[in-house]
Amino acid sequence: MKFETPATTNPIDQLKVVGQPLDRVDGPLKTTGKAPYAYEQHEAAPNPAYGYVVGAAIGKGRISSMDLGQAKAAPGVLAIITAENAGKLDKGDHNTAKLLGGPEIQHYHQAIAVVVAETFEQARSAAQLVRVKYEAAKGSFDLASVKDSGKKPKEGFGGPPETAVGDFDKAFAAAPVQLDATYTTPDQSHAMIEPHATIAAWEGDKLTIWTSNQMVGWGVGDMAKTLGIQKENVRLISPFIGGGFGGKLFLRADALLAALGARAVKRPVKIALQRALMINNTTHRPATIQRIRLGATKDGQLSAIAHESWSGDLPGGEPETAVSQTRLLYAGANRLTAMRLAELDLPEGNAMRAPGEAPGMMALEIAVDEMAEKLGMDPVEFRILNDTQVDPEKPERPFSQRRLIECLRTGAEKFGWDKRNAKPGQTREGRWLMGMGVAAALRNNLVMKSAARVKLDKSGHITVETDMTDIGTGSYTVIAQTAAETLGVSLDKVTVRLGDSTFPVSCGSGGQWGGNSSSSGVYAACMKLRAAITLKTGLSATEAIFADGKVSAGGRSVSLAEAAGDKGLEVEDTMEYGDLDKKFQQSTFGAHYVEVAVDSFTGETRVRRMLAVCAAGRILNPKTARSQVIGAMTMGVGAALMEELKVDKKRGFFVNHDLASYEVPVHADIPHQEVIFLDETDPISSPLKAKGVGELGICGVGAAVANAIYNATGVRVRDYPITLDKLIDQLPAVA
Amino acid sequence: MKPFTYERAESPAAAAGAAMRHPGAKFVAGGTNLLDLMKLEIEEPMHLIDVNGLQLDKIEPTPEGGLRIGALVRNTDLAADERVRRDYGVLSRALVAGASGQLRNMATTAGNLLQRTRCPYFYDTNQPCNKRLPGSGCSAVDGASRQLAIIGVSEACIATHPSDMAVALRVLDASVETILPDGTTRTIPIADFHRLPGDTPHLETVLQPGELITAVTLPKPLGGTHIYHKVRDRASYAFALVSIAAVIQRDGSGRVAVGGVAHKPWRVEAAEAELPRGAKAVTERLLADAKPTKDNAFKVKLVERVLGAVLAEAKGA
Ligand SMILES: Cc1cc2nc3c(=O)[nH]c(=O)nc-3n(C[C@H](O)[C@H](O)[C@H](O)COP(=O)(O)OP(=O)(O)OC[C@H]3O[C@@H](n4cnc5c(N)ncnc54)[C@H](O)[C@@H]3O)c2cc1C
Ligand code: SF4
Repeated sequence: MKFETPATTNPIDQLKVVGQPLDRVDGPLKTTGKAPYAYEQHEAAPNPAYGYVVGAAIGKGRISSMDLGQAKAAPGVLAIITAENAGKLDKGDHNTAKLLGGPEIQHYHQAIAVVVAETFEQARSAAQLVRVKYEAAKGSFDLASVKDSGKKPKEGFGGPPETAVGDFDKAFAAAPVQLDATYTTPDQSHAMIEPHATIAAWEGDKLTIWTSNQMVGWGVGDMAKTLGIQKENVRLISPFIGGGFGGKLFLRADALLAALGARAVKRPVKIALQRALMINNTTHRPATIQRIRLGATKDGQLSAIAHESWSGDLPGGEPETAVSQTRLLYAGANRLTAMRLAELDLPEGNAMRAPGEAPGMMALEIAVDEMAEKLGMDPVEFRILNDTQVDPEKPERPFSQRRLIECLRTGAEKFGWDKRNAKPGQTREGRWLMGMGVAAALRNNLVMKSAARVKLDKSGHITVETDMTDIGTGSYTVIAQTAAETLGVSLDKVTVRLGDSTFPVSCGSGGQWGGNSSSSGVYAACMKLRAAITLKTGLSATEAIFADGKVSAGGRSVSLAEAAGDKGLEVEDTMEYGDLDKKFQQSTFGAHYVEVAVDSFTGETRVRRMLAVCAAGRILNPKTARSQVIGAMTMGVGAALMEELKVDKKRGFFVNHDLASYEVPVHADIPHQEVIFLDETDPISSPLKAKGVGELGICGVGAAVANAIYNATGVRVRDYPITLDKLIDQLPAVA
Repeated sequence: MKPFTYERAESPAAAAGAAMRHPGAKFVAGGTNLLDLMKLEIEEPMHLIDVNGLQLDKIEPTPEGGLRIGALVRNTDLAADERVRRDYGVLSRALVAGASGQLRNMATTAGNLLQRTRCPYFYDTNQPCNKRLPGSGCSAVDGASRQLAIIGVSEACIATHPSDMAVALRVLDASVETILPDGTTRTIPIADFHRLPGDTPHLETVLQPGELITAVTLPKPLGGTHIYHKVRDRASYAFALVSIAAVIQRDGSGRVAVGGVAHKPWRVEAAEAELPRGAKAVTERLLADAKPTKDNAFKVKLVERVLGAVLAEAKGA
């Protein structure tokens, strides 16, 4: 099916199943421990050997010698694989550094060996006996000091490296009210609970991996490319994923090393990447330095907007596209955005939940708060005044839907924004300084080609198969709802099977496109099945009504079971998109409101309450969508208050590489969250009229927290995370 | 993890004796710190002596009017004890400010006192660390040191002792009772129990090889207002950036010990004389010789401000 013109009324609009706040269909499996995660595929791959990964001990340089003698002789050891004995390996299209390093070392904890043994404990113990000598080389590990050597990156996911409209310099110089400020965001880790994990097994020249991967298709392609084998010989199975946040978009060392290990020992090998390696071995969200300049008229019209962002990555890597939202969020005739990418020898930077917008909005939405204050305007009203209904860089492109103003207004009313004292540092509750903050949220809506297979069996049961993944987002559930709605059956008549590369290729889980795009693919296949059913039963395709497990037309009714017959029916289809996303700018919007309390003695910030109002098209399942948004809000609080990978600039690595020292919010940090979804449909996005929502929830949260801290204390912090040491010098004196 | 042998000790004396017979042996209590370190091969005992069966799990009154806390009393039980909550509130509060419910259910009084530092370089066996590998150097002095010590430091090591409980014990002037392998016992004032790093940061206490902690005793109750104020980047489940244990009397006199700033709970009795003059005066005496790094210089100011909060709370403000 091709989606080329805006959706009209279709079976999804019945909203008998879609749009309902249903429990997730895989919930019981997960709560009873029966959902097999990658490391737990005990039945699929019996009698595995265990791999333990050895990570490089330097940030950059070479291995001068490696002595495996003692390790090989250790009890239970079956094989040790290194770059020297692994055979020729290529590099995956989505990898920047090699997954198995040596002799050249590109970053700290780059895998340099995997020890395979009979038991996990034996592998771990022997891994400590691998003796490696290094020649360390001088690397660059400090973004601030190499920033000015940054180059214009090539065009990637986040659009062109630079854009300009009008004459920014002139307009900025002429603007009666100006803001010029620099903001920084640190390196951050996905820090999901389930580590990267894989079991690999070979049968002849055919490889099967049970792994934890968000993008089945990318994983298959990069495994085949790295090993130099045919894609057809790689099967990737990833039915359940314990969190990914972009950290599992790619083939990583666990999967490659398990495959190499299994080939060497001729039996299945399982590897869970050690927690202490996860942060430096895999990808992270890169740090940014962002300069924002805003010029406005005295009555608050933005006349000049510039946003420049610097980030770093290994040679061949990509920038953090932190300027994306600034191209779209506010009106203003003279505009400029630019990204620069410097070379750093830290581990590989890459996508983490809302790449670009998450750190970009952390900066932009403080800048907007600062500008509103300079203008003496309420920050909600200032944003509303500068709203735009068209892409401000290409005014001929309208937004498909843009209800940012309604998000802001609804939020202000529900949150009690009118109780906020615009003058900072005025509201006290005992020893606590109280403040409120607001930020807008924008995250683009991407639509991706996605295929599915749908089977109807003789009992009237529907089975959906697609290589889509569920990273905890609720894919199983919204896909089941889509199939049930389209085919007129109840949810218990639908089985959804995901995460297997033998299934039709889906869009995968990333960039908040998964829910809408994969369900749309399933919708396409279900519509094709409806056609097959009417054809077979001889019912009029145009009049047929699918409801209650039956198809009816012209006074005749046939049950789906009957229609299927003994052989059943099976169809496959792909949802593809025309150019509606070129003609229209498709984005999701929101407003975040946050109240904080800052301890006037210690500078500790504790969030009191949070509200997100989201306009994100049709909400396929308000329950799973809410979970996505509150999870993202929690992550936003982490980014605002505590998350930071500490760079050892001398030795070249992230020092706090475990969950004790890389702090993310705990329950006590998140007291009260509310989410409101505006009731909307976006017929330009997809037949489901839905959009992404999983990343919208994090965009802007950090700035809303920062603005609330400013409102509470009068201290403006522009460097995240806002830890107490950045506040205490400027808090009121203590007796 | 290195292979090791294992035994269950039958009596305190037998445990201490066994430790002497097996060079490189370690006692294991709750195991919440030791086992993690063994998996990373930071601790490499060849022999483990399980002390959980020693029946050192009682809290009893002492003839002096204090309390004797068995070495194996779990943190959860100690924090919940009615006498502790009534007479030694600072201890109860310090305990529940530490770790998580699950960990406190396992963690013991002796194990808590002997938990090792949380310096990130101590945990990364690729990096030089004098505490882990004497003579290899200290990565933290010119590395990431936000969490680390500001006072009593040496060039060899700037690690902190991470225990919350120990800070409360210090303010209460507790004593540590031990038995040595030769069967003799001794009592060590908590003030002398932990060492400063000096040139030997790998030696953290005055305990001798094989010496087993049997109990911690508290002197008779001090009265006053008991406060434990722990400051950290998130609301729970994190080690202290700075913590203060205080017992403040009605007349404004009192005692103060600080956690998160040194290789041991930091208390300067002379500084307590300044309490009536406020947080700044006390802090100036308490941290007179502070040598912070660039990363943790804020802790000096933070101590003063936390103390301000403590004194305000004691006044009922
Ligand atoms: C994730 C995490 C978070 C934590 N957060 C905090 C926190 O916020 N605040 C805090 O204070 N602590 C915290 N802790 C530390 C925790 O309090 C300690 O791990 C615990 O108290 C250790 O007690 P244990 O009985 O398990 O000791 P073990 O691990 O059994 O032993 C520790 C050491 O004590 C020795 N030992 C044990 N018993 C004796 C004895 N009777 N005589 C002589 N030597 C003995 C052992 O040989 C070993 O060297 C945290 C720990 C973890 C894992
Ligand atoms: S501060 Fe102490 S524990 Fe940390 S690296 Fe230095 S010597 Fe090791």
